[in-house]
Amino acid sequence: MCRMPNDLTRRGLIATALAAAATAVLPRPVMALTDAQARTLVDKVVHDINAVINSGKPLSGMIKDFERIFTRYADVDIIARSTLGPASRYASPAQMRAFTEAFRGYIARKYGKRFQEFIGGRIEVKGVKRVKSWHEVISTAYLRGQSPFEVRFLVSDRSGKDLFFDMVIEGISLRLTERTEIGSMLDKHRGNIDLLIRDLRHAG
Amino acid sequence: MTDTQTHQRQGAPRARSTPALAALVALALSACSAPGPGQAPGAPFDPYEATNRATHEFNKDLDRKVIRPISHGYSKAVPDDIETAISRFATNISIPRAVVNNILQGNMRGATEDSYRFIVNSTVGLAGLFDPATELGMPKATGADFGQTLHVWGVREGAYVEIPVLGPSTERDFAGIVVDIFTDPLGYVIAAPQKYYVVATKVPKRMTERTRFTETIDSVLYGSADSYAQSRSLYLQKRHFELGESGSNTYLDPYDTTYGASSEDPADVPNAQ
Repeated sequence: MCRMPNDLTRRGLIATALAAAATAVLPRPVMALTDAQARTLVDKVVHDINAVINSGKPLSGMIKDFERIFTRYADVDIIARSTLGPASRYASPAQMRAFTEAFRGYIARKYGKRFQEFIGGRIEVKGVKRVKSWHEVISTAYLRGQSPFEVRFLVSDRSGKDLFFDMVIEGISLRLTERTEIGSMLDKHRGNIDLLIRDLRHAG
Repeated sequence: MTDTQTHQRQGAPRARSTPALAALVALALSACSAPGPGQAPGAPFDPYEATNRATHEFNKDLDRKVIRPISHGYSKAVPDDIETAISRFATNISIPRAVVNNILQGNMRGATEDSYRFIVNSTVGLAGLFDPATELGMPKATGADFGQTLHVWGVREGAYVEIPVLGPSTERDFAGIVVDIFTDPLGYVIAAPQKYYVVATKVPKRMTERTRFTETIDSVLYGSADSYAQSRSLYLQKRHFELGESGSNTYLDPYDTTYGASSEDPADVPNAQ
């Protein structure tokens, strides 16, 4: 049964023991997000997604709905900023705003398009666990003609609101995948953020 | 396609394959490169990038001209039920290999579960054409491979490599693929000509997958800004997930690195210990 080297497991045990001790001794942070709150957020997301899947709307309608869900429940600012990577350090506030706006539309088109494959399917929330400074809400997607797969929503309240900042499908992170993609686009334009934004408005 | 070709090479006398296997394992253990001190923390460990990119262009060309059109033609011509049955058959015959690897990893529970699945699907499931194991709610197949076994044994991942026809891999995973061909018990129980027909069902299985996931694959290969970088990122993320080392340990909170520290990508971490 041991799929990990022993020292890793041991390290994990020690870390868990320490964490448990710390939790017992230290007072809980005032603002801390709870498992229940993280789950509530994802329950809403999943509820809305399931409603879109079964709405029978045409594709353009589903893309709009997806953009609405993304804007409402995801921390688009942090996702956009982190996909832009080091370039976000030299971007002006105006560029950052324009980029975030273009990024939101790009994500909605790129992933909203894929909602067609979800028609007739559903997502179910299975559980939630605390990882480092965030919560992972684990859900399973049941799609027609496919074996079920895992979708994780990473939820944090560090923006001041309970929002998800990543969606991880069978280990593949939307944020990190888009970080590679945006990085490649930026490379193509030799680091010119304005050209990247122009591209992004039509991409996806 | 390569599956068949490489399996055919296995026609060598059995006595010779044992030392060959030992040599391969030794090779696998020693050959995986380690990132040097110059390795940037943010960059994937990809010292063969130039060669890999050339192979990637070759693979893309092959997909566009051959694999994609043939796969679509196959899926169109063959009724869905038959396609599914062939894919199931190919999946079922890969289980003995997974059992061997589970044992090598000390995962006896996985080995037992996979064995039950194989027995049920090979008998009640008519040689694996049906999948009663899943319908009965038996545990999912582990899909264990030798690349994973090497990981469990502590072999480092090595450099990222793109293999002609097979696509993205790492030095460790590629060594695993080669060793799996030699350790597949199936190769030792079925006689020579039939063996190749059986193994050949992996090709239509691949074609079915190419068609079923066509939107995803097309968007990566033909829709992304840099399909090489995108494939590399996806492969490494997916593989780390399969090896049970995804996310949590290497994934950093983006709120801590708001200004985009370049070293936060777990897929980019060379992960060489």
